[in-house]
Amino acid sequence: MSPSLDAYVLLSAALFAIGFFGVLVRRNTLVIFMCLELMLAAATLALVAFSRFNNTEDGDVFVFFILTVAAAEVAVGLAIIVALFRRKQTIQVDHLDSLKH
Amino acid sequence: MQQIAFTGLSVFSMVCALGVVLNKNAVNGAMCLLLCLAAIAGLFVELHAYLLAFILILVYAGAVVALFLFIIMLLDMQGGQRLRVKPMQGVAGVISAALLIVGLNLLAVRGRLESGPPVGGTVGSSLKLYSYQLFTTYLLPVQVMGFLLLVGMLGVIVISRRTGEREDSR
Repeated sequence: MSPSLDAYVLLSAALFAIGFFGVLVRRNTLVIFMCLELMLAAATLALVAFSRFNNTEDGDVFVFFILTVAAAEVAVGLAIIVALFRRKQTIQVDHLDSLKH
Repeated sequence: MQQIAFTGLSVFSMVCALGVVLNKNAVNGAMCLLLCLAAIAGLFVELHAYLLAFILILVYAGAVVALFLFIIMLLDMQGGQRLRVKPMQGVAGVISAALLIVGLNLLAVRGRLESGPPVGGTVGSSLKLYSYQLFTTYLLPVQVMGFLLLVGMLGVIVISRRTGEREDSR
């Protein structure tokens, strides 16, 4: 017996929720970024499951694009974090309050 | 058999995801992320998306997590920062956690998505269909992705150069 589509979607939602929880509670920019990646991976899991259970390739192709965008996003995001660290000497979000008031 | 593999991989991926969120040490968090992505790649294999599983391992586990580890070591972060929650943050966290739990619960209780049994082809035919779609229906998005990667590369070069110049002038 193979797992149903509901099981895959539920697992994907749970992984997304865990990643979202991490974005909310963590104060370290790099860890927040890792949790964002986790949310993206959870979304791709749902897309692949839908694609397989509906007998279409569109979801798979979308996951391909999502992976490409994620790679570019990680490169730019990490460059920004390094630039921020050089300027402020911290990457804790509590100390990055230049835009406040 | 498939059910056992699915249960094992899903439990493993959720434990590793919790490890990413709860680990004090960022290096351990990155390692947990690596394991979680490997478990997701295993789920892709179970969904017969072999190419995507391969790309996920190659791009995420090979490049992205390695990049994360490099940056963590470069910045030499102090682990174990204590969590101080302000009142507004606490309220926002509680509300969003409640929303997430309600949503997950609804999905678990009454989520009955209509779907037939999974349809699987052989690896070769699936790959051929995949590349055919990529170069016919999705030709424009492929080119846009190429442009996006170029822009991203230029952006990274510009970001890292400007800060370097300012450090020199200081």
